[in-house]
Amino acid sequence: MAVNTSYAGRVYPPGEVYEVSAEKIRELAEATASTHPAHTDPAAARALGYRGVVAPPTFAVVIAQRAEAAYVQDPDAGIDFSRVVHADERFTHHRPIVAGDRLTPTLHVDSVTERGPLAMVTTRVEIADDDGAPVATVVSTLAVRGEDA
Amino acid sequence: MSPTLADLEVGQEVARRTIEVDRARLVRYAGASGDFNPIHWNERFAREVGLPGVIAHGMWTMGAAVGVVTEWAGDPGAVVDYQTRFARPVVVPDPGAAQVEVTATVGAIDPETSTARIDLAVVVEGQRVLAKAQALVRLAA
Repeated sequence: MAVNTSYAGRVYPPGEVYEVSAEKIRELAEATASTHPAHTDPAAARALGYRGVVAPPTFAVVIAQRAEAAYVQDPDAGIDFSRVVHADERFTHHRPIVAGDRLTPTLHVDSVTERGPLAMVTTRVEIADDDGAPVATVVSTLAVRGEDA
Repeated sequence: MSPTLADLEVGQEVARRTIEVDRARLVRYAGASGDFNPIHWNERFAREVGLPGVIAHGMWTMGAAVGVVTEWAGDPGAVVDYQTRFARPVVVPDPGAAQVEVTATVGAIDPETSTARIDLAVVVEGQRVLAKAQALVRLAA
């Protein structure tokens, strides 16, 4: 089944609240060999002016990929995950993410385009805090190979 | 001491590091991130979908590469923007490990926004695996 281009422009309702824990920050930092002490030591984070341990720069992908699931796992979207390659990713931080944050993602399908045998799908997840203030923007592009590519 | 914008020149190398990635690290990243795509841990599945073997999550490589920048900047919250294209998959052998070599250089300096663009060269076996990997870092003047 081909990728459904009619999803371009779609905006999903806000996703579930994601509660950022110190343990999840530690797990992601350790898995990516991110050794800055502010990821794991509350005192080191406080010394930099944060109220909790600070997430690594790519932590928001955890929240974004949960939100993206509503789209990429929708059978009508036509995205066959065995044919997907991650093409690019960008994080824009409006402020750092710290332990204790309660964050809400909103998923936008910015574009779905076909380039020969490839379909390029770009999503954008806007992450806001409990006050509605912007925290991070995560833009991700997937390349989906066609049946005969 | 954290670096300041005044310390920097375009083209200057600011950090360099080699990170080892084996299958166990990918399993750890899968758990931490929630990305359980079997191409990142199941050799049979990876080959069935046409890959040369188990490959690292692109997001693992992106996340590991920026660690040199947060260490150098002295504050993980100083990275205000970070982007890359995924140029080549990182094949992770078993037994053994892949060596990911990261070199960070100053790509641009913008005194108006108090930021420096740090360009990351991320290389495995002589080939770049990330393209246009750029971190924008806010630093004191």
